[in-house]
Formats: sequence, C-alpha cells, structure tokens
Amino acid sequence: MDNKIFDAVVIGAGVVGCACARELMRYDLSVAVVERESDVCEGTSKANSAIIHAGFDAVPGTLKARFNVQGNKMMDDISRKLDIPFKRCGAMVVCLDENDIPKLQTIYDRGIANGVEGLKIITGDEARALEPSLSNNICAALYSPTSGIVCPFEMTIAYAENACENGAEFFFRNEVRSIRKDGDIYTVETTSETFRTKMVINCAGVYSDDVHAMIEKPDFEITARKGEYLLLDKSAGGLTKATIFQVPTKMGKGVLVSPTVHGNLIVGPTAEDIESKEDVATTKDGLDTIRRVAALSVSDIPYNKVITSFTGVRATSSTGDFIIRNTDGFIDAAGIESPGLSSAPAIAQYVAELVCAELHPQKNGGFKEERRGIPKLAHLSFEERKALIDERPDYGQIVCRCEQISEGEILDAIRRPLGATTLDGVKRRVRAGMGRCQAGFCSPRVIELLANELGIPQWEVKKNG
Amino acid sequence: MDKHSLVIIGGGPAGMAAAVEAKKSGIDDIVIYERDTQLGGILNQCIHNGFGLHTFKEELTGPEYAGRFIGQTEALGIHYETGSMVLSISSDKKVTVVSREKGLRVVEADAVILAMGCRERPRGALNIPGMRPQGIYTAGTAQKMVNCEGWVPGKEVVILGSGDIGLIMARRMTLEGAHVKLVAELMPYSGGLKRNIVQCLDDYNIPLKLSHTVVDIKGKRRLEGVTITEVGKNGAPIPGTEEYYSCDTLLLSCGLIPENELSSNAGITINNTTNGPVVDDRLETNIDGIFACGNVLHVHDLVDFVSEESGRAGRNAAEYIKNGGRKENSAKCINVTPGNGVRYTVPSVIDTANLTENIHLRFRVRDVYKGCSIEVKTGSETLLCRKKKIMVPSEMEDVILKKELLSASGDITVSITEGGA
Repeated sequence: MDNKIFDAVVIGAGVVGCACARELMRYDLSVAVVERESDVCEGTSKANSAIIHAGFDAVPGTLKARFNVQGNKMMDDISRKLDIPFKRCGAMVVCLDENDIPKLQTIYDRGIANGVEGLKIITGDEARALEPSLSNNICAALYSPTSGIVCPFEMTIAYAENACENGAEFFFRNEVRSIRKDGDIYTVETTSETFRTKMVINCAGVYSDDVHAMIEKPDFEITARKGEYLLLDKSAGGLTKATIFQVPTKMGKGVLVSPTVHGNLIVGPTAEDIESKEDVATTKDGLDTIRRVAALSVSDIPYNKVITSFTGVRATSSTGDFIIRNTDGFIDAAGIESPGLSSAPAIAQYVAELVCAELHPQKNGGFKEERRGIPKLAHLSFEERKALIDERPDYGQIVCRCEQISEGEILDAIRRPLGATTLDGVKRRVRAGMGRCQAGFCSPRVIELLANELGIPQWEVKKNG
Repeated sequence: MDKHSLVIIGGGPAGMAAAVEAKKSGIDDIVIYERDTQLGGILNQCIHNGFGLHTFKEELTGPEYAGRFIGQTEALGIHYETGSMVLSISSDKKVTVVSREKGLRVVEADAVILAMGCRERPRGALNIPGMRPQGIYTAGTAQKMVNCEGWVPGKEVVILGSGDIGLIMARRMTLEGAHVKLVAELMPYSGGLKRNIVQCLDDYNIPLKLSHTVVDIKGKRRLEGVTITEVGKNGAPIPGTEEYYSCDTLLLSCGLIPENELSSNAGITINNTTNGPVVDDRLETNIDGIFACGNVLHVHDLVDFVSEESGRAGRNAAEYIKNGGRKENSAKCINVTPGNGVRYTVPSVIDTANLTENIHLRFRVRDVYKGCSIEVKTGSETLLCRKKKIMVPSEMEDVILKKELLSASGDITVSITEGGA
C-alpha cells in the first residue's frame, strides 16, 4: 500500500462509512474503507431500533433535523435501488399524562419546523382505533405517517456491496493506530497496513473522538450511551402496526414498541451513559425497565415470546448534534447517534459534496447505482420461489427452519463480494439463526458451510470477529 | 397436485412409529417428510444408551433405537423423503413441501400426522443478562457438534439447567476431556431423570447446584466466565451469593418447546401449557384428520412413550382414512381438566361414545409430591386413585383408564391429593 495514494480513506464500516464510500464512488475517486472488525455493520449500526425516523425529534436548525428529514425522504428510492426492505409503517408518539399534552404540541411544532409531512395530533381513542393494543392510559398521540422501519444490517451491507462493486476497497481487521499529515497527504496507520490518502473521513462511531484526537485535540467528546432491547418472536410481530414512542416524562425518555421490517416486535431501548465503549452487556435492571416502561403504552406485550435481547452503544456527542465538517481534508462524521440510521443517506451525500469541493473529481461514468440483494425465498410467491429453486436446487434445501433460509441463500451470503466469514455475518445477511430457536438447529450446518467455503476446520469458524 | 392418503411431517421416532402403525392398519399410500438427511430425528445424535427398555425390553443407544424403526419403516415399504421441509399446512390438508431434489410443491392429504418434535429454549428466551460472546450453546446443539460433527466446542464448561440433555452432555463433555465445573438449576429440584443425575453427574463428581442460576455472562468475542447466584423461593437472585466461574463454554438445558408454528398457521388450537396442539383421545387436533404425537404434542421424557403414543396416532389416522374422512358421530365428548397439582393432561378431550382402546392419560405434576395420590374423578365419583411414593415435574405420569369405566362418565378431573389409597 506504500506507493498508492487514495483520494479518501473512510474509517469505519458502519452504515455511515459504507454509505459515504458508496456516494464517493459516484465520482472518479479511489476510496479505501478501513474497519477494525472482520465485517461491516459491527458497531452501532448492528444494534439499534431499526427505525427510519420522520424528523420531529431534532431541534430545528440542527444537522440532526436537516439530515434526518432529508434521509427519510430518500429512503424509498434507496430501498428500491439497493434492494433492501423498508416499510413506512408510521409512528405514534403517545402521551400518558394529560399534563404532558403541551409536550406533544412542542414535538408537533418541531416536526413542522423541520419539514416533516403529515403530522397530526389525535385523541387517545383515535390512537386506540388505529392501534388496538395501545393502553388505556394514553390520552393523546402525535401520528406521523412518514416514519418507517428498515433492516439496519441489510442497509449497511447493501451500501458496502454497492460501494465495493463500484470499486471501493475494504480492509477488515485494520484498526487505525495513528494518523499524520505530511504536506497534502495523510498517512493512516492501522494494525496491519499503512494507507496514504488525500482525505480522511472519520466515521468511527463511538471512537470518532479518539480518531479525531490522532490529528488534533478534538473540540468534542463522544460518550458511549448504552441501549438495551428485547426482540420478540414473529408471532408477536403484529401487536402494533406502527412504531409507538412515548412522550418523554419526568420518569424518563420512555421506550418504543415497534414491528420490525422482518415481522418481529422490538421493545427498547434504555439509555445509560457508560464508561467503556465496549460494554454491550445487557443487564437485569435494563431489561426489567424496558418491560415495565413499555407496558405503559402498549398492553399485553407477550414477554414470554422474547427470543433475544441485545445492547447497542450510541455515539453521543458533547455538542448535542452531529459533527460533520471538513477540516483541512479531514472530514468528521462524528456523534452520529439517533437519528443516525435515518440520516445516513443524507449524511453520505453531504460528505461526498465536501469531498468534491476539495478534490473536484470527474463523475464516474460507470457508476452502477443499483444493487440486487440475495433473493429472499421465504418472501417470494409460490411460483417465483418454485422457479428459482428449479434453477438453483440449493435454494430448496432449508437450513434455518425458523426463518426458512436455504443453503443457497447461505452460500450466496458467503460467496458474494464482502461475503460473510462468521456465523453472525451469515445471520445479518440472510437471517439464518435469527429466528425463535436462535441458531440452535442451524448453527452446526451453517458452521459446516462456512468451514467448507472458507477452507478451515469447523472449530475455527467464529460467531463473530 | 400429488395426493397421498397420509402425510407424516417428521421422520423422527414419532413419525416413524406413526407410519409403521398406520401401514399395519392397512394404509398403503403414506409419505414421511423429513427435513434432515436421514430418518431418526434427534435420536441420531443421542449416542448414549438407555433407550428402548419399554419398547424392546433391552437397552439401546439412540441411533440403535432409531435403527429399529428405520428397519421397520423400510421393511414395510413406507415411502419417505429426506431433505424435505414442510413450509405450510392448510386447514384443508394441503401440505407445501420443499426439497433440493423435487423443488417446491403442494401435496394433498386425506390425513396428516404432525410429528415435528421440539426445540430447545435459547439463551434469549431465558433472559440471561450479560454479553453475547461465542461459547454459549443449547445442550442439544453442543451434542450435535460433539457426536455428529466430531468436535468439542470448549474445554471449561458450565451447564445451566438440569434437563436430561444437559445432564447427558455433562458426562459427554467430561468423556471428551472437558472440565465440567457445575450444573446450575434454577428450580429446587432437577429437571431431568433421577437416573441421569446418578449416571451423568454423581459418577463423575460434577456438582449440581439446585436453586441457582446464571446472572451475568462475561467475554466479548469468546466466553470468559459466568456469575452464578443462589435464588430464593420466588426465583429471584439472593444478593451476596454471587460466585464467578471462569469458563469458555456455557451449555443451556432449560426446557424444550414443541415446534408448532406449522400447526398454528394451519389454524390448530394450541394448549398454552404444553405448547402443543389440543387433542382428543384419538390424538386428533381441532382440524379433522390432522393428528399430533410425540414431542410436538407434549415433551416426553422417554422415547419409548413417544413410540407408543405415536403408534396410536398412526392407527387412529388409519381409521379416519378408512372411514373416508368421516368421523364417527362424536355424540359424547367429555373434558379432562387438570386439577390440583396437575399442569396439563393429554388428551384433554375424550370421545366416550367411540372408544376403541383404553385411554392413556399422560400428565405432569406442578411440584414435587411425596406420598400423594393421583385421583381421577367425575363429579364426586372417584374413577381411579393411585398412591405414588414420589412424583416430580420432570417425570411424566401416566394412568390408563379402562374404556368401560369411561363410557358412562361425565367430565373428569385429574388431581394430586394428600395421602389417599
């Protein structure tokens, strides 16, 4: 790598880093993405609410407000072009106390100021008519039709695959150790390579302050804020049609209850600032809190149908807003906490503009903006599914019973560009092991497929990392 | 559309026993769909002995027990298709099945027997807090790795839950050179059979800590250790009793759940206690011509009982088919209600007008009962009272009610009573 000078090195292969890489490939630029883990989507992007927010939460005038609303509007187009599941299921912010109704109005006003469309304040009865499982405590709600749900894994993977297909180079297991600037060129040293580049794009999530500190003392600080979640079986997925948020009360910010784009039910998160950026442990208190608080807005959540719980870590910035700016060829995309997933498409576009303003690249005439995902056999019609299996018999061999994922889909996940090398990698690409038995039945078989494809013994196949 | 008299979903012990008996009862056009590459189900990974004492009056390993039924299935010329996964069943008994060889198709059946077995309760459903590293497996998954794939998933092992597979795996991992540090059980009694406690733990000096559970899991990529605490009567951890065990493997043996997603989607009523279909004495579900048996119906302790039950399902399905799908007029159905100390009964409905066999009533008790009696009553009349030295939730109880006794009976209740006959 010593002689090559990249136009841009993106640090971090989360949703923001991968989206940035993809947007940069619209231009005649050489781009490297360096990632400390062995796969994309290994940090904040893999453990969050999976919501495409409408944009009524952020304070008007902030980058959060701007990119969230913009990102939300881009999602239909992006989900089509990148072939990822996205559903505008709508959202409700429910009010549990009459005294809090003015807060609902404030949220509404913010939404209007931010340019969110279709917002409406409705009564508790109207809310319950739309969502029969809402509790009787609810006295009013803000209804937002443009809110949606997405698969954050597939979104990140799709961005990465499309970037890769258009020529971005990905370097995994490369943790950045130092960055220095000599003249116009940055040198980024990782645990295994040295990259020279004209620009650096810092998408390092909870570590974005640490990465920034490699060139200068940052004027911001990132606190890791932990959020715990419960995920329920698909048989509970229909409990609500829309995402149900709570108006923040003196008791706290509240938790959400939402269908996922795959038909499960997600409940969470907690919010707790933590010392270690690596602390993704769930806690008894956290999980108990979620159960208790969610029950305030949605009745009869069948907690006996929980199939897993997990913790995500959000990059909370001391400035309260996203930090996205170019300082002398070093672009920060830092402090990307919620609504980061929703904002990622717009952030990436903006970062690409910042790069273009500096490097003035030509358009990439060969840019291929569409990506086809791995076929989801379980979601096809009988005829489509039959035709695909006739063509590729391994699509007829079911490996993951719960999600009905075939051997063919798993092999696709491993064999594609930036393919899976771990059990979690397979799970995030095709959902094998994501169901109610949580990989009990399919993991020995998936391990065997990974071992065969990677040419390693079964006992060396890792869950992650 | 292909058509068969009898479609059996699952080629484990339940499916095979049902097929054999249906064939012997005169049904020729049978197909078994098995999702694995061979018949036998979970028995194929149960290489320990202890199977078959009731059925064959000798002690067999799992694969040997399965082999006996595979032999009968083949000798009777029963058609089976492996690598075949049933994706859905409609209420009019159209079965959608997929396989590598035959692709995706819909098969119509006169009768269907559900024999899909059960799955293990995973970590997520147990709500154990902590990290999510590599090294946490359900006991059955580890068993598959060790016995079928030929590699051992770890060296320093803690087992949570004293279900039979966990006990068996404590011994198995020990024999493979791993150090099993302890088996922790949330309840004040074991979840497995007494003989397995003796043969798998006591014989190898593996401690069993009752009323203990895992409250934290450490390790980012690979499991580093777990924290175990004692729990009080209410199941809540007792502060100050925490003990840390370093380990690279945590095996979970915390209960089995009948796999009834196919059944629910077909519109079959599920019993919330067993998580299996509600069935009558013919083992028929609320949908005419769909029967259930084995661990998909309720979780059994012994495969011998699965075979016996499934044979009955096979005979009853055969009867149904021979009657042209017409049910005998169910003039007189009585309900079987679990009373004091009884969690559930199978069956929960008996058609007393058309009894062809004595009724095998199987159930589990709620707690440990010493010197108590099983009492079956209709109204104030006692139909059966049997004293038992000990009854435990982990061992299924079984009473046989003579059909003559039931023909004039009303609804019946099964209870555990102090003392008794």
